[in-house]
Amino acid sequence: MATSSINVPNASPVAGSRSFLSRLRNGDEIARLITFLFAASVVLITLMLVIELWTGSVLPRHKFGMSFFFTRVWDPIAEEFGALPFIYGTLVTAGVGLFLAVPLGIGAAIFLAELAPQKISDTLQFFIDLLAAVPSVIYGLLGVFIVIPMMREWIQPALKNTLGFLPLFQGPAYGVGFFTAGIVLAIMVIPYIISVSREVLLSVPRDQREAALALGSTRWESTWKVVVPFAKSGIMGSIFLALARALGETMAVTMVIGNTPTISSSLFSPGYSIAAVIANEFTEATGDMYLGALIELGLVLFLLTFILNGLARLLMLLTTQRGSGTGHA
Amino acid sequence: MNFRLRWRKFVSGFMLAMTGVCALVAVAVLFFILGYLVYHGGTAINWDFFTKLPTPVGEAGGGMANAIVGSAKLLLLASLLGVPIGFFGGIYLAEFSGTKVAFVVRYAADLLNGVPSIVIGIFAYALVVLPFKHFSTIAGAFGLGLMMIPITLRSTEEFLHGVPRALREGSMALGASKWSTIMRVVVPAAYRGIVTAILLALARVAGETAPLLFTAFSNRYWSPGWSQPTASLPVMIFTYAISPYEDWHRQAWAAGLVLLGLILMVNIVARVILARGVAVPRS
Amino acid sequence: MKRFAGVLVAILVLGGLVLAQNALLINGAGATFPYPIYSKWFDEYHKANGSQFNYQSVGSGAGIKQVTEGTVDFGASDGPMNDDQIKAYRAKNGAGILHFPTVLGAVVPTYNIPGVSEALNFTPEALSGIFLGRISKWNDPAIAGANKGVSLPANDIVVIHRSDGSGTTYIWTDYLSKVNPDWKDKVGKGTSVNWPVGLGGKGNEGVTGLIKQTPNAIGYVELIYAAQNKVPYGSVKNSTGTFVKADLASVTEAAAGSVKNMPEDFRVSITNAPGKNAYPVSSFTWLLIPEKFKDGGKRDAMKGFLKWAITDGQGLVENLSYAKLPKEVVEKELKAIVKVQ
Repeated sequence: MATSSINVPNASPVAGSRSFLSRLRNGDEIARLITFLFAASVVLITLMLVIELWTGSVLPRHKFGMSFFFTRVWDPIAEEFGALPFIYGTLVTAGVGLFLAVPLGIGAAIFLAELAPQKISDTLQFFIDLLAAVPSVIYGLLGVFIVIPMMREWIQPALKNTLGFLPLFQGPAYGVGFFTAGIVLAIMVIPYIISVSREVLLSVPRDQREAALALGSTRWESTWKVVVPFAKSGIMGSIFLALARALGETMAVTMVIGNTPTISSSLFSPGYSIAAVIANEFTEATGDMYLGALIELGLVLFLLTFILNGLARLLMLLTTQRGSGTGHA
Repeated sequence: MNFRLRWRKFVSGFMLAMTGVCALVAVAVLFFILGYLVYHGGTAINWDFFTKLPTPVGEAGGGMANAIVGSAKLLLLASLLGVPIGFFGGIYLAEFSGTKVAFVVRYAADLLNGVPSIVIGIFAYALVVLPFKHFSTIAGAFGLGLMMIPITLRSTEEFLHGVPRALREGSMALGASKWSTIMRVVVPAAYRGIVTAILLALARVAGETAPLLFTAFSNRYWSPGWSQPTASLPVMIFTYAISPYEDWHRQAWAAGLVLLGLILMVNIVARVILARGVAVPRS
Repeated sequence: MKRFAGVLVAILVLGGLVLAQNALLINGAGATFPYPIYSKWFDEYHKANGSQFNYQSVGSGAGIKQVTEGTVDFGASDGPMNDDQIKAYRAKNGAGILHFPTVLGAVVPTYNIPGVSEALNFTPEALSGIFLGRISKWNDPAIAGANKGVSLPANDIVVIHRSDGSGTTYIWTDYLSKVNPDWKDKVGKGTSVNWPVGLGGKGNEGVTGLIKQTPNAIGYVELIYAAQNKVPYGSVKNSTGTFVKADLASVTEAAAGSVKNMPEDFRVSITNAPGKNAYPVSSFTWLLIPEKFKDGGKRDAMKGFLKWAITDGQGLVENLSYAKLPKEVVEKELKAIVKVQ
């Protein structure tokens, strides 16, 4: 992390005492300044984005205040705006997605890190990285033509017949809805969970495994009871990363969720997510309050992903610190 | 004792097999997606798709020539914004800056990276579309370029860090200035990694739809110059997929195949380059 | 590095030049209701004249918003702008906005009921009950009563409405508000309403798509979308008690009554119109054209297109199941075009 601190001796005496303008004639100083400007522009742009979100949402923030988060009504005509259905939809779909993706992802990561020989592990990881590169709209395309009919004709009726006593699986089988969106999200975030968890598991020091095995545990026991707990914070970090990704997903969700601001205990119900409502209604939001409400939703989404990403980074930092030599005996 | 051991061994074998199944499922999904796209899109791709403009609604035929060119223009312009800022900013972080400034810049870049793409669209609309009263390629490219910045910035910084100190010191010992060292020795050594990072960033934004919805909008015709709305592959896929017309569905599959094919190709090429040559100092 | 930059600049310049066309490009956005005929018109006009009209069907709501913001040159809507929106336009742009009707169309109730291919009869009570969520099964007496002879299944009705701001929604809710005071109270009319039940589809296209794919669905779309996609649609009982199916004659009859009292700004509602065979959910659709154009070339192109569309262009509309504008309306419009400067 240390930058090169060796200074090329200049032709002139004490370099630090020269004035700014005369230092400017030195090519390196110009380079430093220019590259600094580029780096600073990143900070500037990010600041502008946050400010734009804050000022754009001033009207609804003043009118509704905190009740914005607890109101169910979204009525553009009466100018009553409540974010609850969208927050609900965003959280539920992300929840379903993670519920499906986390076991699969961690299982696959364990396989890749612990069991598979190096070559197979690398090859499979290569393919999984490719899966992460598939754009959202393609998942949406597949969602519309493959997942929705599958849900409507097989999966939802099957769930209703077997688990229909649970409020989760009641209601008509439209094909679109929270559950479908959750499944599509699960497919989208699995690669993130796998690649990060795999790296974290690989970084667990060998002596942990060997110690467990030496004490007579089976392969599985050493993995599940020693290695995975050691890498726990990193794996949690990967889950938070996946969650942040799932919350911000727009296209794939809007194509399969049903686009109806509803709060329902059934997973088969159509719903709406924050990103989807912004995508659908932004260009037609007449009136400053309406537009402001959508921008406020954007601000909420931004804050959610910001917090989650921060937590994820923190957790992964914790894991790498643990792994690097300060291993617990 | 014996029974318990056998049970534990069985559980072990079973669970490990299950993890194998998980891995297989994950990879199978990829091939499944590709398979479907090839099957549905392959039959739909014809010469018209690449050369013709869309036909009036409800009439079969036509193609997405304007969307393909539109996407190319968007990506070109986006890299003009994203690459220099990321590249030179990364040089600053790796070669010039102190730790405090570096922390702030990296933090901002991570923040920008985590912003959902629809929010980037809102920002680009407010900043570029409204003041100039135009949906435009520039506005769309601005949004995409913003998304490229964090990736190129972090990657440039990382790969530059990976270049051994000895190279820098050797160059400076021979009397070269710092800037000269950076541009003639350090960057070329990290060249491979930086280029692949740019390619990966391009592949990432090539498929983004949300930021384009209210910036580049869409266009039935060719988009002249840079300040008019333009069609793009991802937006066309979205519009056609949710429509009721069979012919549009067919074209959406074709467009999906083309888009994904290009993205995967760039990814594969980039990763292969990366795997082969990890910052090897040139002799 | 230098060579790379050089190549880049060359590509940019080339790209900008090669793709800068001489023909004029005029951007518009709005209603999906008339999209099929607009799309055909712009194509034909482009072949004859060269000007390119890039029309994006994003819904009437977006059309109104974007033409007010000035990001598109003209808008289109089947729900006329209300007084507040017109005031807002004037406040933002310093001049007014004009409505010009272009065609007559119909909004039909379309459905996808497994086993039922006949055209059903819908009473106003049935339609408002379904969309209010009070009638939930297809074999409900309110529906079955008007359709003796058709065996309707006991399946749950899946209601489909628009998820975006829509003139088609405006026409539909305008009709329901006129025939059902409960609807008027609870939901009202507008381009975007608080729907009691149902799934949302984007654009007429999205709704038709959803209906096609969802068994037991019912929705409301412009006639041509149902016809082109071979989705069955029903007849609606009009104010005289006759069940009328939407077609050229019934839509034209619905408009006939409004011609005498056509207001100067052409904003008029013809839902639930009097007339024995008038189709009750008919409507004009309007192009929203600014009073003042900054660009003289665009203004002339716009006026030229408009003149063509309401005269020669009318020859193309019936093929796509839209009805021609009444002669008197066309004459009034031709006189009003001078207002565009």
